[in-house]
Amino acid sequence: MKARVTVTLKPGILDPQGKAIEGALRSLGVGGVTSVRQGKVFDIEIEGGDRAGAESALKSAADKLLANTVIENYRIEVGGK
Amino acid sequence: MKSAVVVFPGINRERDMARALRLISGRDPAMVWHADSALPVGTDLVVIPGGFSYGDYLRCGAIAARAPIMDAVRAFAAKGGLVLAVCNGFQIACEAGLLPGVLMRNAQLRFICRDIFLRVERSDTPFTRGYNAGQVIRIPVAHGEGNYIADGETIARLEGEGRVLFRYSSPDGIIDPNWNHNGAMNGIAGIINERGNVLGMMPHPENHVEASMGRTDGRGLFAGLVDHFKAAA
Repeated sequence: MKARVTVTLKPGILDPQGKAIEGALRSLGVGGVTSVRQGKVFDIEIEGGDRAGAESALKSAADKLLANTVIENYRIEVGGK
Repeated sequence: MKSAVVVFPGINRERDMARALRLISGRDPAMVWHADSALPVGTDLVVIPGGFSYGDYLRCGAIAARAPIMDAVRAFAAKGGLVLAVCNGFQIACEAGLLPGVLMRNAQLRFICRDIFLRVERSDTPFTRGYNAGQVIRIPVAHGEGNYIADGETIARLEGEGRVLFRYSSPDGIIDPNWNHNGAMNGIAGIINERGNVLGMMPHPENHVEASMGRTDGRGLFAGLVDHFKAAA
């Protein structure tokens, strides 16, 4: 089963990398960009077809390692085959 | 003083640290591998040195913080053992839950490798008894992620409980954004945990301990620790 964990900075946490990307987009002339926040995406393969089990395993993975919940939020999506 | 230096893959300051410990305490530290599950019996001081553990993958210090030896370090700290965590070590200590907060990318987005000035905020801790409160010391930094942040409540507690031991300052001890090279909240360069036995700091005191290094401002930290254990013996 394929799954995806998306980790993003919490609102209000300064994101200097996002700011730099925002500035670069502006200097490239990409119009209409008002804000950029950088995050991380983890594509994870889970064995078996137990959706609930996969979700709880991924939650534990995110809490223990993938995200630093002091500064980051995460979102878990468990897909089909 | 029996010290142990924890070594992770990608760490590169462990030998500087070992040299400083040997020079000032007169004893070779034990070098403890990340996959070990115990510290040497009789360890007084655990040092988590600087470098780039696991290539800074995921987040600085995140993977090292989950290494087997860190359970032993946490247990050691929980019993009141002294832990000195420098640079990547500070990042690892935060990720391991030994210290609050996070070290984010430097506000200017640049890796900074040069001498900076630190104001020592207190002299009544095992880590800073070799200095005077208010003393300014000159110590090298070398980091890309040293920008200390924490939520407002944590910062208020750190400040209220006098847990900030080092702050980035001017050569005269003035706290000013112009001298805060990485954007850390309140110019925080080094903090202790609630119990006062774990110090995390971004600058490298081990790199200013011999005349040949140009300065010896870092000696006070190690000499103070040696005195602390002598006084306790």
